[in-house]
Amino acid sequence: MNTATLPLSLTEQRLLDEFQEGFPLKPRPFAHIAERLGISETAVLDSLRRLHDAGAVSRVGPVLQPNLVGVSTLAALAVPAEHLDAIAALVSEYPEVNHNYQREHRYNLWFVVTAPDQACLDAVLADIETRSGLKVLDLPMLEDYFIDLGFKLQWT
Amino acid sequence: MTVTPHPALGDALNRALLQAVENGLPLVAEPYALIGKQLGITESAVIERLRHLQEQGVIKRLGIVVRHRALGYHANAMVVWDIPDEEVAATGCCLGSVPFITLCYRRPRRLPDWPYNLFTMIHGRDREQVLARIEHLIRRCGMDDIDHQVLFSPRCFKQRGARYTTLDTRMKSAL
Repeated sequence: MNTATLPLSLTEQRLLDEFQEGFPLKPRPFAHIAERLGISETAVLDSLRRLHDAGAVSRVGPVLQPNLVGVSTLAALAVPAEHLDAIAALVSEYPEVNHNYQREHRYNLWFVVTAPDQACLDAVLADIETRSGLKVLDLPMLEDYFIDLGFKLQWT
Repeated sequence: MTVTPHPALGDALNRALLQAVENGLPLVAEPYALIGKQLGITESAVIERLRHLQEQGVIKRLGIVVRHRALGYHANAMVVWDIPDEEVAATGCCLGSVPFITLCYRRPRRLPDWPYNLFTMIHGRDREQVLARIEHLIRRCGMDDIDHQVLFSPRCFKQRGARYTTLDTRMKSAL
């Protein structure tokens, strides 16, 4: 699916620009959006379904504060290049790992681990160290400075 | 590090509500009424509780959540900065309000392996745009003398959003 060229109408662009935050807390929220955009409520709902099906919209809903439940950390490994695929697969196996990325650095594998409590989290990291034979860099979040107003899209 | 669960999660109805909406509101004309029906509460109770959860900061924002890649933002870099401890909060706040930044966290240094204590995520249409945006940040937040590294990501092995099918269980166990 190549959605990079997903054609968006000007109204759809405004929908994505103006409603990433401050979604109406009114009985008919899509009707309020429709009024702002000068289209019908049905057209707003149809656009959102289309954008969702095309993969451009993940959901219409809340973004929750990080670490609301349980604990998490950002972890990294410096993996010899020839072992990267195998170690990445090993790390991805854990249900506690929800993001796992290659990055261009000596520390070339970065992943997020979440667990119900610190003991479970530490056990997962220790297990990864034992199985990979590599030392895990454990970087838990200490403070969140991010003010989430949605992502500013540029259309030109 | 121990985590103190947010007091709002002590309320079973708040937990049920968050679980009901975390994967998105239903795309119907009256979504709050439908959620209320599922939970056995009124539409206005749903709206009031969501408003309150937002005021308390449990919900950081409510709205459309876009997928960067599908909208043509193909490059993403984690940019890490080594900021003097006494300046990290001010710099973090400066960076945290820039529109094209999607995360801004302070994390511990791990010397001597890892000297960086501030982490930002930057998306762009391509690498050049990301690098230009980093230059913009350096000027905007006065970071000319700050050592930093740009870690582009050529490959994603696993990405699962913060979808907790057992959010209620997890919230309860965190209490």
